[in-house]
Amino acid sequence: MADYDVPEITGEDGIVDVPALQPDAMKSHGPWVSKPEFQDAMHFPTDFNMPEDVSAYGNTDTLVENWKERALDKMADLKGRYRSLQVFLDICVKCGACTDKCHYYLGTTDPKNMPVARQDLLRKVYRRYFTFAGKFFGKMGMPGFVGAAELDEDVVKDWYNYYHQCSQCRRCSVFCPYGIDTAEISMAAREILDHIGMGQKYCTEIMGKLNKIGNNLGLPEAALADTLEGLEEDIYDETGVEVKLPLDKKGAEILLITPSADFFAEPHVDGLMGYAKVFHELGLDWTLSSYASEGANFGMFIGSYENMRKISLRIRKAAQDLGVKRIVFGECGHAWRVAYSFLNTLAGPFDFLDQNYPIPQHVLEITEPALAAGKLNIDKSKNDDMVLTFHDSCNIARGSRMGAKPGGQFDIPRNVIRAVCNNFVDMPADTIHDATFCCGGGGGILTDDLMDIRIKGAQPRMEALKHVTDKHQVTHMAAICAICKSQFTKVVPYYGFSMDMIVSVHQLVSNAIFLTGQLTEEEIEAKEAAEEAEWAAAREKAAAEKAAKESEEAEKETSDK
Amino acid sequence: MALELDGQSIELDEEGYLVDLSAWTPEIAKALASGEDVELTDEHWDIINFLREYYEEYQIAPAVRVLTKAVGKRLGKDKGNSKYLYSLFPYGPGKQACKYAGLPKPTGCV
Repeated sequence: MADYDVPEITGEDGIVDVPALQPDAMKSHGPWVSKPEFQDAMHFPTDFNMPEDVSAYGNTDTLVENWKERALDKMADLKGRYRSLQVFLDICVKCGACTDKCHYYLGTTDPKNMPVARQDLLRKVYRRYFTFAGKFFGKMGMPGFVGAAELDEDVVKDWYNYYHQCSQCRRCSVFCPYGIDTAEISMAAREILDHIGMGQKYCTEIMGKLNKIGNNLGLPEAALADTLEGLEEDIYDETGVEVKLPLDKKGAEILLITPSADFFAEPHVDGLMGYAKVFHELGLDWTLSSYASEGANFGMFIGSYENMRKISLRIRKAAQDLGVKRIVFGECGHAWRVAYSFLNTLAGPFDFLDQNYPIPQHVLEITEPALAAGKLNIDKSKNDDMVLTFHDSCNIARGSRMGAKPGGQFDIPRNVIRAVCNNFVDMPADTIHDATFCCGGGGGILTDDLMDIRIKGAQPRMEALKHVTDKHQVTHMAAICAICKSQFTKVVPYYGFSMDMIVSVHQLVSNAIFLTGQLTEEEIEAKEAAEEAEWAAAREKAAAEKAAKESEEAEKETSDK
Repeated sequence: MALELDGQSIELDEEGYLVDLSAWTPEIAKALASGEDVELTDEHWDIINFLREYYEEYQIAPAVRVLTKAVGKRLGKDKGNSKYLYSLFPYGPGKQACKYAGLPKPTGCV
């Protein structure tokens, strides 16, 4: 592990105390800037010079021509398009209720990471150029008198740096008496930056891959098919049951849209196998799509409606081409927000789907009622080696809902965990449900060049986790978001936890479910022993062949001499 | 960024991955590893070679699970797990091993 300054956690009450301010503690150049070729694929301007190195980030000669005018034009465009943005820029009274609600502020102590101050980086420019008071005092050379500021190079540098220290988790918004959605301001700022030559490499490179190949990973169809086949084998090896993970199956009832991390990373893939087992056991006819093999939609993170729509339309096209009747989403936080809250606007109407089911539906909305109705054969003791806690993902907790009742997005995942595990403990109340703390890696921050902010931003969640591991013997934390799972897996070791303590919710289901026709443990052990023997024999054979070849070569060499 | 090797300058991206994947040689792998204080042993090469074979066929790095299973098959079940791979590549088999093998970095929510 590389060296980072890791905040200390105590586990005392599970809550991080509000730290003393340290101005400019996180002043930096921000994440890697996106090359013109990545920007081009997003239909953003490309008439800028790639900075030689990070120290040049934000310098005028690395931005597009007339960058100031174009930034202000974009701001005008956005506030005209989104009435909400204009309202949020206008109505903040600087009451300060949000200041200590941000995990990045708590973890970094940088005052510009107080949500109100981070928003003000954009708001002060809005004031200067779009309000009467700002224009008036601006012309007199004293814009600061009315909280306004000139747009200059330094402001752009601050935008790029600090708007990539916001995960758009919207915890601050929960506590804002006016309901100002800070995330929307961060999104707008990133959209403006994208139009002046300061896109973020991580987000735009990924979306480019999605547009070309169908997913963020750049996993081509053949590799996806091979991976899925491998998972079918694994489930067969573990259970003796042929559970399918179908790809591009025309006429299937359900299209599953899941983050591509589910095909690739741990513990995500264990969750995917869980969905497959549930669908199998319920007799549901389902498929994945190679064309829309991604649930994530980074268009939201960069505030780009056009790109968000383009990504969403892939899902619509896949659903129509495959002729499915239902669309179901896997465990992904912001995918579910986009799906639940925006999909119909972005890619609807979905009048060609079966109207008797939620459009779209979350996989937990299938698993939970099936468990409650006793349709799945569950052996809870299979998870007895764990004491679980659950991390509410921001975009699910604060940007969507599940099921028919208010708060379903909190209850349904917990109901599922309780139905398949004997041991469950919640973290402190101020850190769960709609007050949940971000994992520290959401909103386009999950990139290695932002490790410092990721580690520091995780502090409030780590403190709460430490509390339940110390005081309530919690051993594992379950999550329902690909970003949360990847972020935690990477970051928890810095806080003294083990990376394998992070699990998928459907991984717990997968552990506990006993499929119809599943082999007993003894039968599986015998099967595994036979398999290992087979592999060992293959290895021996290969080694023998290698040795034979080597001695043959050696002989040849000697005879040559 | 660039890697200086035998008087040649090999272009790397910001994070130290090869820009031109076809430029890869075992010497480059060794140089990239030694830059991170890793000495490539036979165990490392087993993984790197598998990654390159897989990439050749599928144009992407294998998923962690695909990799661990393949390692288990080739080197024994006790080595077919993430723990073993992390012991070789402490920054993560997905990213660090891919870098040495000259593969593009896996992107997305991973």
